Amino acid sequence: MADSPSPLLEMQDISMHFGATKALDGVDFTCNAGEVHAVLGENGAGKSTLMKLIAGVLQPTYGQLRVEGRDVFLGSPKAALDHGLVCMFQELSLVPDLTVRENLLLGAPGAGLGWLRGQGLDKARAVLTRIGGTDIRLGARVEDLTLPQRQQVEIAKAIMKKPRLLILDEATSALSASVVESVFDLVREERDSGTAVLFISHRFHEIEALADRVSVFRNGQRVATFMKGDHDYGAIINMMVGQKIEELFPEKQPGAHQSDIVLDVRNFSWEDQVKDVSLTVRRGQIVGLGGLDGQGQGTFLMGLVGLLRKTQGTTAIAGEPSEITSPKSAKHRDIGLAYIPEDRKTEGLILDQSIQENLELAALGRADLDAGDPTLYAGSLEQLALKHGGLELPVSSLSGGNQQKVVLAKWLALGPRCLLLADPTRGIDVKTKTQIYTILRQLADQGTAILLLSTDYEELIQLCDETHIFFEGRIAASLSGDDLTPQNIIAATLNVSAIPQAAHA
Amino acid sequence: MLDYLRSNRREVIAGVVLIALLASYLGTHPRGASTYVLTIWANQCLILGLAACAQFFAVVVRGIDLSVGAVMALTNCVASYVLDGSGIGMAFGMLAVVGAGALCGLLNGLIIVYGRIQPIVVTLATASVFVGAALLLRPTPGGAVNYDLADAITLDVLGIPTALIITGVAVLGFWLPFRRTGLGLGLYALGSSEQAAFQSGINTRLVRLAAFTLAGLFGGLAGLFYSFVTTTGDAGIASGFTLNSIAAVVLGGVLLRGGVGSLIGALAGAFILKTIASLMFFSGIPSLAQPLFEGMILATAIAIGGADMLRARNKLEVFS
Repeated sequence: MADSPSPLLEMQDISMHFGATKALDGVDFTCNAGEVHAVLGENGAGKSTLMKLIAGVLQPTYGQLRVEGRDVFLGSPKAALDHGLVCMFQELSLVPDLTVRENLLLGAPGAGLGWLRGQGLDKARAVLTRIGGTDIRLGARVEDLTLPQRQQVEIAKAIMKKPRLLILDEATSALSASVVESVFDLVREERDSGTAVLFISHRFHEIEALADRVSVFRNGQRVATFMKGDHDYGAIINMMVGQKIEELFPEKQPGAHQSDIVLDVRNFSWEDQVKDVSLTVRRGQIVGLGGLDGQGQGTFLMGLVGLLRKTQGTTAIAGEPSEITSPKSAKHRDIGLAYIPEDRKTEGLILDQSIQENLELAALGRADLDAGDPTLYAGSLEQLALKHGGLELPVSSLSGGNQQKVVLAKWLALGPRCLLLADPTRGIDVKTKTQIYTILRQLADQGTAILLLSTDYEELIQLCDETHIFFEGRIAASLSGDDLTPQNIIAATLNVSAIPQAAHA
Repeated sequence: MLDYLRSNRREVIAGVVLIALLASYLGTHPRGASTYVLTIWANQCLILGLAACAQFFAVVVRGIDLSVGAVMALTNCVASYVLDGSGIGMAFGMLAVVGAGALCGLLNGLIIVYGRIQPIVVTLATASVFVGAALLLRPTPGGAVNYDLADAITLDVLGIPTALIITGVAVLGFWLPFRRTGLGLGLYALGSSEQAAFQSGINTRLVRLAAFTLAGLFGGLAGLFYSFVTTTGDAGIASGFTLNSIAAVVLGGVLLRGGVGSLIGALAGAFILKTIASLMFFSGIPSLAQPLFEGMILATAIAIGGADMLRARNKLEVFS
């Protein structure tokens, strides 16, 4: 690994302890200029801690960081920025009440507390345009932007700082395939001009596309570092989890397409964002919703659980026409819808409350259930294998994957007839993903109808019995069986009838 | 232009309401729109306006300053000792008054930042300290302020009330440039999302310290201007101004959750509140019933400010 006398960033014998927990334990890690270095590991493996140390958010308990061979102490994000270490955080670092322009200026190089000149804004605008953010106005408030747009702004903000080391922590998790591709082009360009890139992603095909070198972390230690291509997916996954996982996705059950219809939506429309959508979900079926970001699939799910006013169309549950006007009516026993929202930290959970309190939230409004009864959750918690140090601890103490399990458990306690999920595996490690897939399939087999919105087309193919691809508010294609191929999905997301077979491996 | 109006709609609404109120005030006033009437009106408004500015700096960083009135009382009492004498002496006296306010704010900020205590608790405590100090300085109202200086600052220049000129300078000379500095932006960032501000490389401690120091500084300015209007020192003025400064910033569209609003809004809110009080005075409503009506108008105004929530077609927007 010592391919140059002084790599851009060198971390020596780094340990990070939180009380008794060792998030990182004696880690050596190097980052070379002009190289994309992917970091892999399940949640809790220490990746995020590593990134936070480099970004100056945390300071190591022991160990030394060196930039180009010189010892440095990164006491704050500002100190890290001064060394050219720029992190694009998974938890977005944009200020919601300020405009895009002001947010870009905030972190701009050389911006102190004094007068702000607009330097660098042209570059940021150019970056935004390149990565598909043409419609993002610099005068728009960040709060009014969609999640993908915010990620695009984050990327522009990071590039604008002229990084020597750029950390991308799940930087593209909400972006659609074509945007991701243009982001990757940009990252490659940065790399070729001598920037070191640290890349964290849970999507293997993204790592395949971008990384030069790969490091695998497990339980606070670096397990291995190797050039891309030295190991195949299976070997890498085994390094990450420390145990052999045979298959990521559970097997589909044939015959579900003949069972009773649970959810029957006809001609659903809302404003100009969802147009005339009709679909059915049967008992035991997992139906996928795909498409580029913001094509109406997320809004459609919100509309189903009564979060939107003045929707058009009809919804029938198990043959009964149902008027769902609010999440409270959606979770009523006669309807039995459960909705797992896209943003678990703000919409799915109350982070400061305990795990137990969060679990009780969904059952609280149901007269036929006793929300305080722990047996309501015991089953699903066990099924989900929730890792926690006590149900009385705040949910924020859990890792992202375990937080998502809490969201799932709180809804499963209601025994929903139909489960609506908005991208439930975004930013979650492989092992937890696999668990969630298994549970979804089990639930389906037990008779739950599942509607799964996903940005990961592997999920749409491997997990779903049928997949509807949205384009500009309409269903552009409905795929099932042998039609469910990456080529067809990509073609449908772009709303073209067919693309050459060689376009995607 | 439309974009600009939309993003500053809180200030625009406050401005329109203020103009309407002022028009009806001048219409009902027996002496009409004379310089005399306007000057008295503007002086009253500016006292509260400066107090609201002080409150604004605390609120915008997701804090609150319960010591605004107390800082005014203390600086008012200081002013009653140092604003009579030679020209140079008075110039230094004015600096001392404003400096005393800034020091009070700095003290608040230091305790809040380094003691890691909530602003509401800190300023509740320091408010008593400041009033106590003011009482030691002036157990009973008294002292004097040079009349020539007081006249120069509280009358008019060529028919324009000096108080309005000061307001204009505060907005054009201070606020608009300040908004474009790293500190100005940092205040909003801190109030809107402290985590994001920190991760963007902002020194959050320094910015919070600066915010409370600015709050103290404007409290000092409010105390100074109050001294010029009343020409005496009085330690008993604190409580009314603190609560009214909070009402004023809310009325001016500054959100108590931080990160939203502007100094212009705070000023407009203060002017609206004072104009309503003046309107009451001439409207023939019994003076005992005035707080009732003032409160109702305040509640209505705030409700109108939140009315655009009714248009939200996505129910989640109501909570954001």
